[in-house]
Order: sequence, then C-alpha cells, then structure tokens
Amino acid sequence: MRTPASIKLVAGLGPKGWLAVAITALVAWVLVPLAHLMLPESHPLHVSTFAITLIGKILCYAVVAVAMDLIWGYGGILSLGHGLFFALGGYSFGMYLMRQIGREGSYQSDLPDFMVFLDWKELPWYWTGSDHFLWAIFLAVAVPGVIAWIFGYFAFRSRIKGVYFSIITQALTYAAMLFFFRNETGFGGNNGFTDFKRILGYSITAPETRLVLFGLSVALLLGTLILGRVLIASKFGKVLTAIRDAESRVMFIGYNPLHYKLFIWTVSAMLCGLAGALYVPQVGIINPSEMSVANSIEIAIWVAVGGRGTLIGPVFGAAIVNLSKSWFTTSFPEYWLFFLGLLFILVTLYLPQGVVGLWAKLTRREAKAAAAQAKAETPAAPAARNSESNAAELPAGAAKGASA
Amino acid sequence: MRVESSISRNAPADGQQEHWDGEASTGHVLKPGELDLSHNVILYLDDITVSFDGFRALNALSLQIDAGELRCIIGPNGAGKTTMMDVITGKTRPDSGKAFFGQTIDLTRMTEPQIAHAGIGRKFQKPTIFEHHTVFENLELALKTDKRVKKSLFARLFGDDLDKIADTLRQIRLADQADRPAGLLSHGQKQWLEIGMLLVQDPKLLLLDEPVAGMTDDETERTAELFVSLKGKHSLMVVEHDMAFVEALGGKVTVLCEGSVLAEGDLATVQADPRVIDVYLGR
Ligand SMILES: Nc1ncnc2c1ncn2[C@@H]1O[C@H](COP(=O)(O)OP(=O)(O)OP(=O)(O)O)[C@@H](O)[C@H]1O
Ligand SMILES: [Mg+2]
Repeated sequence: MRTPASIKLVAGLGPKGWLAVAITALVAWVLVPLAHLMLPESHPLHVSTFAITLIGKILCYAVVAVAMDLIWGYGGILSLGHGLFFALGGYSFGMYLMRQIGREGSYQSDLPDFMVFLDWKELPWYWTGSDHFLWAIFLAVAVPGVIAWIFGYFAFRSRIKGVYFSIITQALTYAAMLFFFRNETGFGGNNGFTDFKRILGYSITAPETRLVLFGLSVALLLGTLILGRVLIASKFGKVLTAIRDAESRVMFIGYNPLHYKLFIWTVSAMLCGLAGALYVPQVGIINPSEMSVANSIEIAIWVAVGGRGTLIGPVFGAAIVNLSKSWFTTSFPEYWLFFLGLLFILVTLYLPQGVVGLWAKLTRREAKAAAAQAKAETPAAPAARNSESNAAELPAGAAKGASA
Repeated sequence: MRVESSISRNAPADGQQEHWDGEASTGHVLKPGELDLSHNVILYLDDITVSFDGFRALNALSLQIDAGELRCIIGPNGAGKTTMMDVITGKTRPDSGKAFFGQTIDLTRMTEPQIAHAGIGRKFQKPTIFEHHTVFENLELALKTDKRVKKSLFARLFGDDLDKIADTLRQIRLADQADRPAGLLSHGQKQWLEIGMLLVQDPKLLLLDEPVAGMTDDETERTAELFVSLKGKHSLMVVEHDMAFVEALGGKVTVLCEGSVLAEGDLATVQADPRVIDVYLGR
C-alpha cells in the first residue's frame, strides 16, 4: 500500500509552505512581468532589465545552493566541485544557443565562430543534435548526472569521506577546467560560448524572453525546494541524515550507504545542470572560469551563510552573498574577496546554522522569555522545563552533526 | 534434516557458491543466506587472527555459540572483545580463520549491511544512535524492512510496524520519550534505545558491547532482566566488565585475553581459575 505521490507532496509542504509557493509564483509570473512591461521606467515600482537579469541569475545560484545543501547539509558530504555540474549544464545548453546563432556570426558560417577560427570544416560528433532544444535540455541534466554517478560510485564505494572527498571533487573540477580551456576540445577554449542571439527563434535580449527565463528560474527554484522537501521528509531523507550522523550504525542496521549517497549526489548534480542551463541564456556567456576552484568554494559559502540543513537557508545565503558581490564589484571591487573571506569566517565562528539559525535563535529567545513569564505565574511541571531547555541545547549539537 | 558438519567446517576457500546454494550435496534445501541451525550452533569462529601493524588483536581465536544461548565475554581492556565483534559484523576482515553464522553463512565474505540482513544485530561499545532523529524515528529506521533506496523513497509505516515500534518502546521503557530527539536522552536511555534498535530488527544473534556502561544500578538490573527474557528466542553475546551484571545474566562465560580464549565455563568456575584471577579479576 502506497500513498499517492500527490498526497505526500501536500503533506510534505504543509499549508504555509504552499501559500509561500503560491505567493512567489504570483509575484514572479504576474507582478514582475506587469511591473517590467507596463510601468514606465520613471515609475518607482518599475522593475528594470538589470534587476530581472540579476535576480534571474541569483535564482539559478539559489538552485545550486539548495542542491549543494541536499548533499552537504543533509548528507554530510562537502562537495567542492558543484561548479563543474553547473558549468556542464551551462555548456550543454550553450551548444544549443551557439547553433541558434545560425549564420549571423562574424564569419557567416553554419559553424560556430570559434570552429571557423580553428579552421574546422564540420561539427565534432558530440555536437550532433545540439540544434535541438530538447536534446540540449536533456544533455544539461544527463551529462552532469552521468558524470556525477560514475565519479560518486567509485568514490563512495571506496568509502572516501570528509576532506578527502572534498579534495577529489576539487581536483575533478580543476581537471575539467583545464580540459575546457583547450581550444581543441571544441567548446570555445577560454572564451567559451557567447554572443547568443536567439532561443527557440525568439530574440534572447527581448524583454519577453527575459521574463520567460526569469519565470522559469523561479519555477525551477520552487520545484527544487519542493523536491528537496519531499525527499527530506521521506524515509530516504531520514536515512540520509542518519548516514551523516552515524554512518556505521546505518550500515549495521542493514542499509548500504553507497546507494543513498549516490542517489542524492546524482540528483544534486542534475539540479545544478538545469540551473546552469537556465543561467547561460540570462547572463549571455559560459566559459571555463565557471569551473574555477574559487567558484565551487563560493557555492559552499552560500550554503554556510544561509544555513546548512535547512532548505530555505541556502536560498537566502545565495541571495545575500551575490547581492553583496554585485554591490562590491561595482563599488569596491578590490575588497570583495576579503569581504567574502571575512563573512565565511564570521559565519563559521558565530553562526554555525547560518542566518536561518540566527533567526531561529532570536525567535526562540522570545518564546523562552514568554515561557519564563508564564512559569512565574504558574508553577511549571518539571518535564516541561526540561524539554524547553533541551530544545535550546539541540541546535549546537545539530551544527556539530552537520559539520562532521 | 541434517547437514554434514564437515561441509561447512572444511569448506574450501572458493566454496562461497556452495554455501549460498545451501544444497551442498546433502539434499538439505536452504534459500541463499538462510540461517541453518541444524547443529544448534549459531556462531562459529575458528582460528581467527587479526593483526594491526604486526600487533595481534586476535590470536587464533576459536569460539562457538549455541542457538538461543546467552554468552558473556569478559576480559581485560585490549583483550580483543570489540575486535571480535568487528570481525563477526564484517567491519574488520580477519587475516586468517573462519567465521560462520549457522552452518552455512560465511561472514568473512559479506558486507556490514548483508550481515545485518542475515540476522546479526550489534550494539556498539560507545552508544551509537541517531542523535538528531527522535526516539521513534531511530526505531523506525532500524525496523526489519526492505532497505533499498527506491523503497525508502516511498516508504510508509503501517499497523504492524507501528505495533512493533510501540512494543519495543515499552520494552526499552522509552514510550514516553518517543518524540524527543534521541540526543537528549540520558546515557543509560541511549544504551536502551540502541538495544531497542536491535530488537526491532528481530535479529537471531545480538552482539552487545558493554551494554550497561553508564547505567544506574536500577537500569542495569532491568537490562539484565530484559536480556534474560530474550534468551532462547534470540542468541546473545554480551561483553561486560560489570561482574554483578554478568552474574545476573547467569549464562556461560568466556574469558578473552590477548586475543584468544583463556577460560570458559560458568561464572563461578572461571572466577576460581587462577589464570583468570591473575590477568583480570585479581587486579
Ligand atoms: N583499528 C585498529 N588499529 C590498531 N589497533 C587496534 C585497532 N582496533 C583495535 N586495536 C587494538 O587491538 C587491541 C584490542 O582492542 P579491542 O578494542 O578489541 O579491545 P577490547 O577487548 O574491546 O577492550 P575494552 O575492554 O577496552 O573495550 C587493543 O590493543 C587495541 O589497541
Ligand atoms: Mg571494547
């Protein structure tokens, strides 16, 4: 006997959750487009193209952050290679965008400019089908998924854990970056893909196209959050966090952690791939620097800042860090990395649960004060006092578990 | 229906297939992995040696536990008690020797989860539970179910499972704590929860490494009652330093020292053994 997935979905999210989803969807799909298209630029509520592109980009980052949280916050596995999966999704979809340029490139050739430049006469075999939109989407999910699965299978089967795993993921990303930097690889070398013109025949810079991409980014983020919620609330999620907290106990009660880790790892990579595919048409470029070591580390920082092991936290983390980044890079570009480092240190030292943990702490303090007041009025049962003080203790332990 | 004992005892090294088939030239039909207790022996360790960088933690250890037996293992620190459990549960591979579960299941070739499914449950020396899960969830995860990913994704709890969990909660006296995070339990309660996680799996053999460490006298006494009540239905191997507890359990006692069996018999006999007094009790 199984409960239909739809019922589980409803149960997993709760009425408040669904309300939040509905409001977000309404804002993203109705209010933002109206404010962008209908209101004159002088109007205070006008949403600029700049804002839509920036937010759209951050939404894609937020998807990556949630995907990272699934594997790190819940699975206890710190990946420093998620930039790779993101970039692979971006490149897969970028191939399609390159083909959509058609003969409008500087060499007026059917081949992408960089191939003409290399004096190639025809497309390499792996570009086959890249002119098909759906094939590109498929690749954006499948390529990161397959690579993650193969890599994860060997790493998890060899029981590589902790910092060793993180270092290998970093090495993998670095190797991939060097590979993509080479012109002969057939992905545009260090320039990557850019100068996109169209997507499904529509101009890529048209306001409507941008709004659709923006709306899709919102949809992807909501979908990722809902998927994450359902996974975490399921028994699978409980086993996953149990593996994080006490892997040997999990094995001795008969679970094989390999398959659990592999599943969430692959799902996480596929989500990153989709995010990358949506990111590239919005920012208009993909190049190997997306696979740089620093990028992947930054993803981990988003999650740490927002709060590991909370699904919504990484969304805030990605937003806070990237909004600060765009402010710094226009105002004080040379200080950005110092600020990022400082932020990471402060969060690690003082906010092990990120901003979400801080929020929870503050609200709990309020609740505690209220409870103390109630206690002063009526002599409380010892049990109640007990559970209350314990509730305050737990998050410290929770943080420890997540960092292990 | 009897299986020739020589078959599993003198099984050739490449005889894994044979064990799994279970038919093993006798016509006794066993499903693969099914426990064969035809000789009334549930655990059979023969000449097991484990070395860590040249140090022999287990040294030609041989030991046999009967079905339904409650066996106590005592011995000084570093005697190899925990290492022996590591070998039985697949965590450590012996350098040499045999380890059989029943007549046919070769433990030295199986992974930890496979051994758990075969019916061996283990409580660690340091209580190991899922601190961030509730007491209930700890038991839920341990339940004897299909533990593959695709089942876990859609798993639901039904009447039987809920009953089983409720029974176990009562048995380990944690019914009123079911919804608390396990990390908030007292040390003794954590020990009980871990024991409960074994019980819901319904294992045939329970390995309990220092189960009453950190328990109050009262808790220790109740634990002894619980174990004695499990005897017969399950086989138990209990490692303990607490002699009063060992006495309360009342089973046969094996003394381990420097990786092999020093003495075996009822508690009074081994307590009177001068060698045992010398290395362990007399200290
Ligand atoms: N992984 C390992 N690497 C190296 N030495 C080990 C390892 N595991 C155990 N040992 C050593 O093997 C010996 C036996 O250890 P074991 O833990 O089995 O003892 P024990 O009988 O359980 O002792 P205690 O009563 O203290 O729990 C000890 O000397 C220990 O230091
Ligand atoms: Mg020990």
